[in-house]
Amino acid sequence: MQRLSSLAVFSCLLKRELLLGLRHRSELLHPLLFFLIVVTMFPLALGPEPEQLRQIAVAVIWVAAVLASSLSLDMMFRSDFEDGSLEQILLSAQPANVLVMAKVLAHWLLSGAPLIVSALTLSYFLYLPQSATVPMLATLLLGTPIFSLIGSVATALTVGLRGGGMLLALLILPLYMPLLIFAVSAVNNAVQGLSIKAELYFLSALLVLALTLTPFATTASLRIRLS
Amino acid sequence: MFGPLDKYAAPERFYLLCKSMGPWLSAISLLLFLVGLYGGLVYAPSDYQQGDSFRIIYVHVPSAWMSMFVYVVMAVSGAMGLIWKVKISDAIARSCAPLGAAFTFLALATGSIWGKPMWGTWWVWDARLTSELILLFLYFGYMALQAAIEDRRMAARAGAILALAGLINIPIIHYSVEWWSTLHQGPTVSKMDAPSIHTSMLIPLLIMFLAFKLYFFAVLCMRARCEIIEQEKNSRWVKQLARGGVDS
Repeated sequence: MQRLSSLAVFSCLLKRELLLGLRHRSELLHPLLFFLIVVTMFPLALGPEPEQLRQIAVAVIWVAAVLASSLSLDMMFRSDFEDGSLEQILLSAQPANVLVMAKVLAHWLLSGAPLIVSALTLSYFLYLPQSATVPMLATLLLGTPIFSLIGSVATALTVGLRGGGMLLALLILPLYMPLLIFAVSAVNNAVQGLSIKAELYFLSALLVLALTLTPFATTASLRIRLS
Repeated sequence: MFGPLDKYAAPERFYLLCKSMGPWLSAISLLLFLVGLYGGLVYAPSDYQQGDSFRIIYVHVPSAWMSMFVYVVMAVSGAMGLIWKVKISDAIARSCAPLGAAFTFLALATGSIWGKPMWGTWWVWDARLTSELILLFLYFGYMALQAAIEDRRMAARAGAILALAGLINIPIIHYSVEWWSTLHQGPTVSKMDAPSIHTSMLIPLLIMFLAFKLYFFAVLCMRARCEIIEQEKNSRWVKQLARGGVDS
């Protein structure tokens, strides 16, 4: 039997994940709808004054994005855990880290990327200044992959547990807080016409850190849960 | 692997070690508590700005230090369990969590009691308070994960990974929150070359710190004993112990 290269296996698994995700379209929509509904509740609770909404726009979008992505994490490993394909993936001769990364990337493409696009629309609803739109998208572009990466560790730890969803949120939300701080402060700086380089560098550094460390932690967690 | 300490890695030896150390640690920590509290509440002069209300630091500062120390102990012993499969380190990590959460809560509560007369409010969204609060959430997350996984071995290993992820995150959380807002006074004790606290106030604080630390180890010994008994309940020595045999 010919031995496949890691890259081939990575892209093969990525294709499988994306195909599975697209076949379950309604599941993909759930986090997105949740995101839209949570954001819609703020004008209802606070009143429709544009000035007030403009001030809280970034905060609302980011908090809603954090919550939506913590809900969407549950689908990363669950169906594979239930039908046993997760065990097969871990038992394969390929490096498990690579395979886990394929799953995380697929999760980001299916949940993080749509979130960024809908955040663009919502920023108009909340009267976010034009000058802040691009910085907000940049922070989301750097932040949502970190959600998927850090989230994959906690998801792996709680996969198959009863009441896993709530527990999962409890475990990861504290770990997301630095992201929230950097992202919101970047956008607020942009509104005031200040430089946002420092925050973006920090977010990029966090992304690189997460990219290097989390695959090992996720694989180890999955092995523990499946042992 | 740990040289002469190796033999204590066996659960039974560690159990007996904890049993013999426990009362000593408790006694010394009680003594230090009495000395430290006398020093802090009576001997130390009152502050020229804050009056007598500064005296809460004798509980507040040691518990804040301990809240972070306990997390490190928890994560490191979790890692030892993960890497070298040391059985007792699972028990230690698991015993640490409620203690650490208690210290964190104590730091927050005493800080809040001090904040009312000083800052005029029970709670401010200040950097150190907030990162301490997030630390409390990390402890709660660890405890929730421990409670959710029934298999003890698996729970311990899963908890170790979570604790390590938290350990990497604690500095990031700390500095990001520091950047976000700061009202808390700067560090006074750690500037060792010229501490901005007078010696007569500092010495009781250090004694209290030792007392807290020994108290932690004393309670850790008790909790670890319970954990080990439960973890090893099928082994021969525990069964003998239950019959009142080996224990001497």
